[in-house]
Amino acid sequence: MSEELIKIVDLEVSIDGVAIIKGLSLNIQAGEVHAIMGRNGSGKSTLAFVLMGHPAYEITKGSVIYRGKPLEDLNVFERARAGMFLSFQYPQAIPGVQVGKFLRKSVQAVRGDAAGSAREFRAELDLAMESLDIDRSFLSRYVNDGFSGGEKKRLEILQMLLLQPQLAILDETDSGLDIDALRIVAEGINEVAKSAGCLVITHYQRLLEHVKPDFVHIMLDGKLVKSGGAKLALEVEQQGYEWIEAEVA
Amino acid sequence: MGKDEARDAVGDYRYGFHDPENATIRFDKGISEQVVRDISALKNEPEWMTDIRVKAYNHYVERPMPDWGNMGLLNAIDFDAVTYFLKSSSGTAKDWDDVPEDIKRTFDRLGIPDAEQKWLGGVTAQYESEAVYHSIREDLEDQGVLFYDMDTGLREHEDIVKEYFCSIIPYADNKFSALNTAVWSGGSFIYVPKGVHVEMPVQAYFRINSENMGQFERTLIIADEGSSIQYVEGCTAPTFSTDSLHSAVVELIALKGSTIRYTTVQNWSTNVYNLVTKRGVAYENATIEWVDGNVGSKLTMKYPSVILKGEGAHAEVISVAYSSAGQHQDAGSKVIHLAPNTTSNVLSKSISKDGGRSSYRGLVKVSPKAHDCKINVVCDALLLDEDSRSDTYPTMEVGNSSCQVEHEASVSKVSGDQLFYLMSRGHSESEAMGMIVNGFFEPFTRELPMEYAVELNRLLEIEMEGAIG
Repeated sequence: MSEELIKIVDLEVSIDGVAIIKGLSLNIQAGEVHAIMGRNGSGKSTLAFVLMGHPAYEITKGSVIYRGKPLEDLNVFERARAGMFLSFQYPQAIPGVQVGKFLRKSVQAVRGDAAGSAREFRAELDLAMESLDIDRSFLSRYVNDGFSGGEKKRLEILQMLLLQPQLAILDETDSGLDIDALRIVAEGINEVAKSAGCLVITHYQRLLEHVKPDFVHIMLDGKLVKSGGAKLALEVEQQGYEWIEAEVA
Repeated sequence: MGKDEARDAVGDYRYGFHDPENATIRFDKGISEQVVRDISALKNEPEWMTDIRVKAYNHYVERPMPDWGNMGLLNAIDFDAVTYFLKSSSGTAKDWDDVPEDIKRTFDRLGIPDAEQKWLGGVTAQYESEAVYHSIREDLEDQGVLFYDMDTGLREHEDIVKEYFCSIIPYADNKFSALNTAVWSGGSFIYVPKGVHVEMPVQAYFRINSENMGQFERTLIIADEGSSIQYVEGCTAPTFSTDSLHSAVVELIALKGSTIRYTTVQNWSTNVYNLVTKRGVAYENATIEWVDGNVGSKLTMKYPSVILKGEGAHAEVISVAYSSAGQHQDAGSKVIHLAPNTTSNVLSKSISKDGGRSSYRGLVKVSPKAHDCKINVVCDALLLDEDSRSDTYPTMEVGNSSCQVEHEASVSKVSGDQLFYLMSRGHSESEAMGMIVNGFFEPFTRELPMEYAVELNRLLEIEMEGAIG
């Protein structure tokens, strides 16, 4: 029996006393790609934030076990160092901090001794930037400062490639991307998905044309109400969510 | 980390050590006309200098304290408790080996003359009232560059000093310029001949080592036509239980087509009053740049100024202020446009933490004759907690409608979302805060010589440890 990378059991989450996630269970194993689809406001992004440890969200019930340990024992940065990665829907700008230096520092923080020498980092960085079709001038710009939507998403994927996570959570990574950027970003995700577990949150199917999910879950009002294979995403794309709502009701 | 521990960590001021005081000459505490005359006599000064000192002293006595700024802190200064002159060595050494052992130890710990060998064109180290070490690269000397401590400058080049001393900042400019003129000692004197470009920065390092000490250095820099020079000064003092006073006067003269860049990173301990008058005059097509960092001190009042006197002259003032518990950085700039087609850029950034207070006080003045000027002022303040404070006091007096004036001001707080983003990349909360703070100061830091930039970044990172409760 292979062990779960992450095991979410009956999770309930609220913010400012308002319940957002209302009993959610999900298991992800290494090498699996899970997609969560759902309308805006169904609680998808809350799930991403709460897994990464955003302090505004409170777990009111249930448990999350990550690599055999309760996730609540870990602070945000400890989760990152333990191999969790969140690609943000709205990445934050950090004015004055250069992308190149930021990436080096982050790799050192997350991978520790395994981060390698400056030279090895350079080589890795060059390769990753090439695969994402990112220009070198990126490195001297400030993190997400004045970036277009597409540039921000590419920087998220670049960070994901360099940080080599074991569990990658991608929150609406496809939004704001043109078709070429979408394909490039998807290649990055597929690369990481070879060994890591991936949780892809989206409300469109179009990313899933490029990233093949092993499982698709439909989220409605804080719960996963239906699960299936890649085919489920297509059905949602064609028929919308009404039939699922009707099924659940 | 709890608040107390955090305070302790921050209180571990890196330059807080002090050596036993071995003064060869120490004046009694307090100031009088006799003290002023004694300082002048001790230095064997020409009569005109003694006269100007005495006049300045009389003005200082009559002049009331400023009725603006942090008057609570200003009025707490005990001028009678200050030692106005203290000499710790018997002269200015040209060879590092000749500097007295205890003083040498101090500067060795501060990284001088280590830095000199690596990247400086010359260096002066001032300990208490007088310069204890001085050197200049031979090639600069050969090109006629004069770089001395101010006392030597007066002895060797009295004519130049007499022409320019108090010409930009009259002793009656303010109470503290009067005090400085009365009791000044040390500082730097620099003259760069026509067309000479000094590629490597020259540096002065100011160190107060004794309790209740007053340091009143006087600096005069003259860049002759078409020349250029960069000057860097660093300042530290040990932490004593009673306050010290640092009150300098710096005058810059940039003649036609020349450039002077004056960089300061003051990191005085938090019991030093830092009340400094800095002003420069830029003639036709000349540039004066003040790069001014205020990290230490209890109260700083300092507004580096540029008078744009010649057509096409340019002023650049980039400053940062960091205030933590018990500190007030009252800083800013003044730019006076007297000539047409003159331009100025002012960028001021401040960070306040743990109840610290930062104020930006700025003046832009354009005379009616100065047409087609361009002025750009940007002030950004970052508050790290609810207890801290930031104020801006901008004044604009634009007497010519053909000028283009831009002014932007912002006050921001570190957002929880920024911290979360950085922490999700493996950085602890204090590391994340350090990154945000260093990023905020980056437009300033990138203007510094490498060693100073690295030092400042490290310092702020240490300050951020325990910044978050």
